[in-house]
Amino acid sequence: MTDNNIRKNYLKKYSEKTFFILGDEAAGYGALYAGCNFFAGYPITPASEVAELMARELPCVNGYYVQMEDEIGSISAVIGAVWAGAKGMTATSGPGFSLMQENIGYACMTETPCVILNVQRSGPSTGQATKPAQGDMMQARWGTHGDHEIIALSPNSVQETFYLMIDAFNLSEEYRNPVIVLTDGEIGHVREKIIFPDPDKIKLKERKLAKKEEHIFGGSNIPPMSELGKGQFLHITGSTHLEDGMRDVSTQKVHDVLVRRIYSKINGNRDKIVRYESKFLEDAEILLVSYGVSSRPSLGAVLRARQDGIKIGYLRLITIWPFPDKIFREFDKSNIKKILVPEMNLGQLFREIQRFVRCDVISLSRIGGVSFSVKEIYDVIKEL
Amino acid sequence: MMKEVIHPMDKYLRTEIFPTAFCPGCGCGTILNLYTHAIDELGINPEEIISVTGIGCSSWIPSPYFKGDTLHTTHGRPIAFATGVKVMKPEKKVVVIAGDGDLAGIGGNHLLHASRRNIGLVVILVNNLNYGMTGGQVSPTTPCGIKTTTTPFGNSEYPIDIASVVAAAGANYVARWTTFHFYQLKECIKEALNKKGFVFIEVISQCPTSYGKMTGLRTGLDFLKKFEKLSININYVKDRFFTDIEDKIVVGKIVEREREEFVNNLKKINEEKIKSLQ
Ligand code: SF4
Repeated sequence: MTDNNIRKNYLKKYSEKTFFILGDEAAGYGALYAGCNFFAGYPITPASEVAELMARELPCVNGYYVQMEDEIGSISAVIGAVWAGAKGMTATSGPGFSLMQENIGYACMTETPCVILNVQRSGPSTGQATKPAQGDMMQARWGTHGDHEIIALSPNSVQETFYLMIDAFNLSEEYRNPVIVLTDGEIGHVREKIIFPDPDKIKLKERKLAKKEEHIFGGSNIPPMSELGKGQFLHITGSTHLEDGMRDVSTQKVHDVLVRRIYSKINGNRDKIVRYESKFLEDAEILLVSYGVSSRPSLGAVLRARQDGIKIGYLRLITIWPFPDKIFREFDKSNIKKILVPEMNLGQLFREIQRFVRCDVISLSRIGGVSFSVKEIYDVIKEL
Repeated sequence: MMKEVIHPMDKYLRTEIFPTAFCPGCGCGTILNLYTHAIDELGINPEEIISVTGIGCSSWIPSPYFKGDTLHTTHGRPIAFATGVKVMKPEKKVVVIAGDGDLAGIGGNHLLHASRRNIGLVVILVNNLNYGMTGGQVSPTTPCGIKTTTTPFGNSEYPIDIASVVAAAGANYVARWTTFHFYQLKECIKEALNKKGFVFIEVISQCPTSYGKMTGLRTGLDFLKKFEKLSININYVKDRFFTDIEDKIVVGKIVEREREEFVNNLKKINEEKIKSLQ
């Protein structure tokens, strides 16, 4: 039996069944449905349940769980495993995510598909280790050094966490780039209903492998990949390299071509990567923009305000990076006069939105580990 | 007509990018030479080898010069990257070659835990006693008292006996040689390549450019003479702990064990699990 058959056979037992599980567990199952067969991690609240689930379930699909000595080791092992043919992921929270940044850059530079789940907690530093936050929006975008692009997705429920993990794996294969999934202590630790799909009905993006002599670091916008141990004598490096992977760290043009190409893979495909959910945009004069955990009370507040006759629209970002700038440019031409942005940080996406619109953008920031209530947001809407 | 001279080891090398970037007299060339000879004498097909390296002069031994799969990673992390590679490709020989700064300094924790895990990697730590590539700063293996660019008044710290640390951490095989012991080192690499579990070879090597400039050892030969004079075989010493190269260099096999290899253990779990589910 091939590993893929072992995996599907095993997942059949969950097919079309309803469970009541944690967001962290749903993330793990999403990964298994996506074909993940390698997980390396290090314990950290509130992400440890992902590792525990993977340690339990991966052997059943002939996959491997390795607990590394730290988060730097975890992301390193994932990248190594991916080049050895695996679909790999790690899961962590803020402090661990910070430790991973150097090698997330390595994954960008070597065009290594992999998934990093960050179950965000309240920082900076150890902060409120058990409490939710959305403070890593910018770290996800700019955490590693040098010019690069990143894909980041943010779900707002257990069921969506499951599906976005599959999306994350597919996007990472499609664009040969690391993909970050941003949940938080609340979405990760909430227990909700989930219905698992039939594994046969899940479309997976398979890795495009290069033919012998085909370049894997250039030659096309998204070059095909390869695998160690196939007799192709690959040279994979985080140093600036030529299309065949050999180092050239002194030619300006080589660096320019390489880094701009990697950048353009994501930047040039924004429309295909961007996902969002919207409601009541047609007549909206006020717009509420939110994402992840904050979008739940936000929607409640918008529904209540609509009942009062307030012309408010609702936009929930699912793709955080690349930033969906196009929709904001369009709002700029519409009747929308004010945009309210509730988020559990001091306004990280609020500033990003400001870059694309001329109307008033109002930050509703919340830190301290307690999520917004519907009423709190509703009261602010009333005053706008 | 002059006949083109081809070195018998050229077939293992990416000669198209020669000459190497190594300084004249550097020990990295010796190690590359012995490594290819070991592979040649064992008759290993280079397709069976995956080299994983870090950042530093010695990482350049396989990356880019050895013609085989090469994963050139970040500073200090090659063992962690190699862990992922080995788990997915247990049938391959996964070889890590990196320096003392990389493996004993910034990446020391990965070395410790890979030894403990007893994962089937062959790790060759090229100990040139300093950070050579960056210009000769003090490293975790620089002897006490030595002047380097960042210890201008002499090193106040003591060097780590990294091979003994790895032995204590649980590796299946640990040895130390110097670039002077080219025959023993080659035989040691051969033994290591066929050994299961975590295998560690520390090679005391010369860096005439960076270490030499502060210590007066100006040529490769100066180092080799010193290595010859100070080396003592482990079978003839009471205190096997390596103090530092200014005193004595204990060479030879430090430990050999037969613990089950890590990925093998993982595979057994998978086999049992999958069987029980059928
Ligand atoms: S700096 Fe030292 S270790 Fe590096 S190549 Fe030169 S001699 Fe060798």
